[in-house]
Amino acid sequence: MTFGEKRFHKKLDKIRRLEEEGVLAKKKKGSRALSKFMSNKMAMLGLVIFTIIFLACIFAPLLTSYRPEVVDLTNLMKPPSKDHIFGTDKVGRDLFARVLYGGRVSILVAGGGALGGALIGVLVGSFAGYRGGWLDKITMRLSEVFMSFPQLILVLVMVTIMGQSTRNIIIIFVITGWSGIYRQARAAMLSIREEEYVQALHAFGLNDMLICFKHMLPNALSPIIVNITINIAAFILEEASLSFLGLGVPMEVATWGNILNASQDMYTLQNAWWIWLPVGVVISLFVMSINFVGDGVRDTTDSSIQG
Amino acid sequence: MSGESVISVKNLKTYFYSENRCNKAVNGVSFEIERGRTLCVVGESGCGKSVTASSIMQLLPKLSRIEEGEIVYHSETQGDIVLSKLKKNGKEMRSLRGKDIAMIFQDPMTALNPVYKVGWQIMENILQHEDVTKEEARKRTLDLLIQMGIPEPEKRIDQYPHEYSGGMRQRAVIAMAMSCNPKVLLADEPTTALDVTIQAQIFELMESLKKEHNTAILLITHDMGVVSEMADDVIVMYMGNVIESGTAREVLKNPVHPYTRALLASIPILGKGKEQQIEPIRGMTPNPHNRPKGCQFEPRCDFSCDTCRESMPGEEILEGTHMVRCHCWREVPRE
Amino acid sequence: MSEKRNPILTLRNMQVHFPVKGKKAVVKAVDGIDLVVYEGETLGLVGESGCGKTTLGKATLQLIRPTGGEAIFEFADGPQDLRKMSNKELDKARKEMQIVFQDPQSSLNPSFTIFQSMSDPLKKFGVKSKEERRKIVGDLLEEVNMQREYMDRYPTEFSGGQRQRIGIARALLINPRLIVCDEAVSALDVSIQAQVLNLLNKLKEERGLTYIFISHDLSVIEYISDRVAVMYLGKIMEIADADALYQEAMHPYTKALLSAIPVADIDHHKKRILLEGDVPSPMNMPSGCRFHTRCSQCQQICKEKVPEMKTYTIGGREHMVACHFSDEAYRNMEQQ
Repeated sequence: MTFGEKRFHKKLDKIRRLEEEGVLAKKKKGSRALSKFMSNKMAMLGLVIFTIIFLACIFAPLLTSYRPEVVDLTNLMKPPSKDHIFGTDKVGRDLFARVLYGGRVSILVAGGGALGGALIGVLVGSFAGYRGGWLDKITMRLSEVFMSFPQLILVLVMVTIMGQSTRNIIIIFVITGWSGIYRQARAAMLSIREEEYVQALHAFGLNDMLICFKHMLPNALSPIIVNITINIAAFILEEASLSFLGLGVPMEVATWGNILNASQDMYTLQNAWWIWLPVGVVISLFVMSINFVGDGVRDTTDSSIQG
Repeated sequence: MSGESVISVKNLKTYFYSENRCNKAVNGVSFEIERGRTLCVVGESGCGKSVTASSIMQLLPKLSRIEEGEIVYHSETQGDIVLSKLKKNGKEMRSLRGKDIAMIFQDPMTALNPVYKVGWQIMENILQHEDVTKEEARKRTLDLLIQMGIPEPEKRIDQYPHEYSGGMRQRAVIAMAMSCNPKVLLADEPTTALDVTIQAQIFELMESLKKEHNTAILLITHDMGVVSEMADDVIVMYMGNVIESGTAREVLKNPVHPYTRALLASIPILGKGKEQQIEPIRGMTPNPHNRPKGCQFEPRCDFSCDTCRESMPGEEILEGTHMVRCHCWREVPRE
Repeated sequence: MSEKRNPILTLRNMQVHFPVKGKKAVVKAVDGIDLVVYEGETLGLVGESGCGKTTLGKATLQLIRPTGGEAIFEFADGPQDLRKMSNKELDKARKEMQIVFQDPQSSLNPSFTIFQSMSDPLKKFGVKSKEERRKIVGDLLEEVNMQREYMDRYPTEFSGGQRQRIGIARALLINPRLIVCDEAVSALDVSIQAQVLNLLNKLKEERGLTYIFISHDLSVIEYISDRVAVMYLGKIMEIADADALYQEAMHPYTKALLSAIPVADIDHHKKRILLEGDVPSPMNMPSGCRFHTRCSQCQQICKEKVPEMKTYTIGGREHMVACHFSDEAYRNMEQQ
């Protein structure tokens, strides 16, 4: 017997013993999904990291006395120290303050973009999936157009037309991000449409909107929520890359991407690691934590994965 | 049961461990499968009948294990082999599966791989287990398809599963199971997904295979009608235990256990019309995680007494091979 | 039945054809059905999978709109063709007809409690106050032998048989006269089937309901039905009183179907009439009598001409058969 097999049998022995003693039968039921999520270590770790970064950004003024946009010409490119824990950048702005305040904008942009896109995607997708017919055909083609268009060019065009602003970036994310959610919502509704309880509601002749949004949608939501978290993570990265290229949020606003943008030149990369490393780590941690949480939610709602 | 047994199951206990709970799905089951006879395992969903078959095949899911008991295969050539001691996916088990012991599953739609030709899938089993050339294997596959009554076998052998109808797919699955002339055929509700006219065809086929090859058949079903048509021997299962067993005549003509009797009284019988009384069994099957302490059927039984609440009754032989597990069977009124 | 019978639903040449994607062919799921359902009876509709029995049930309720024929329902203010009614007008019909589904797993909304699920239909049909709605749902649950308090539970807390009873309660919400039971007991364990069947019989007696009971299980159909219609590939082959059909089946398909059912009586082993082959695809319907490809008595005429439905009176009861050789069968029966 290998070590793994021994451990496996030991675990089963323990469950059997507890079951026979009647301990498991007495266990309080509570929410099974919640307890399953709680026992998922990665998801809990993700949740903790996410909460820490998120709260730190929201309560930024309490954590640092510096302002992100205040230039201090006496302190240029200072490595981390007691006064500036993440150091300062080329014009002497405190990087810790910039990471915190920048996080506010980055999370707002990514979250706003993902939620806005999800709202449109869910509304259009679920109704199209429910009704089928011409509405479904038109919206499907529309989503294909959006999915096949190179995003970078779309962004360039829109930035040129609308100008560079935080609001415009959110709008761009909404426009480019709704189609994924739309397809998912549509597919979910297509299968739920065949469920017998929906047919029963038809037999009562209930209003389409009521059947679609009140009775069916709640059953389609959990995979969509997982997808939204993944979208948020992706948009954080996208905002960072767009800003790094100088196409994102205007340069004067601190965002995670704009901080990285300041370290484009070789000199900074080689000699001032504190300008790009901390913010890079924060971005990675944040994106990773969201993905862990998303995976955790998926595992708890997906009954086919057991363990 | 007097014949020569091929598989003996002794005090088999298979427990399931999903969701951090322990479900005693099969809790002490013993029976023999005999050459050239059909043993029907009958019971409602959750009684452990399918788990019993999977235990014999060692095809249990990951979070489950055989706790106790023995499954012995009496091979003609290799002597007795204790299946429950073999490694689940070891070489010995794999060489028996599909060759000496074959299994047919409930849903013919998912039992065949959609991306391979049906003939190829049957051939593969022959090539795996026997030292034959491809041509020979193909010829045998063709013979099998003819034997199973598949129309236009020369054409059908090179078709994909989606080109077969449901009944034909189940025939192909049986052809695959029979391809190496197994000594034991385990059939897990083989006709539940099929129409009655197709079911009749499949049963006819299984009967003739049994006669020709002296194959032992374990037929799992929930349908008492099927039992009465097909079975030589019957075991009735409830909540992981065999509660009554014997020859089909013994059990069906003279059911003794209150559960067997209730089960027979709950089904409408064709030809008896609207006048017949059908009696549902009161209550419902207990939650497998929250079983009664004594006899598993006690909460739904009309004849239970205090002893029933305390302990699971032992096996008692009435006459011949007729076995019952009930404390109070003597009190149950007979017709 | 000798007393005068009032039809509640009359189907005339009912057709449901589905277009097949990408092909010119149509699937003729229901292909010209004439059927009368009488007030207060249970009409059994039996057939193998793919024969169109479920489609017929749903088309009757206009859940699938029929593509041809008439479906005349006797409303309190006179008969009306359901097919000609608009979606809005159909609300009137929905008050009279409801359906019970097969699959207890998917027939209740998992995100809603029982009361929440049943609340909206009641609201729609004019029960405005919540107290009143709770009272109606509670009463119905009691009527299907469940506790009132169950209305605030979620479907996952119930077993298959319980869910099926809740499904029946839902069908009764607005006091319909006709209920279509679409394989209502097929997914249940045998001991639970009996519960539901007996419940349906009890409700029928108490409320004077009419059922169209769709099933593939002939034993169940015989137990619950007054009359039985046998369907094959979108057409009705034979209609007769339940006991007459079992004793004096005239159509070769009915005979084969009856002989194929395993009976749980070890002393009554009958000879199986084995049907050759499988049911043909409804996209590629056989010419003439659609059963001729599997019929042992098939003659030339069967391949060419569609048999008409003929009505016989046997022992004072109506017996309808669509077979070219029904006259012979009738004569044989007379002689016996």
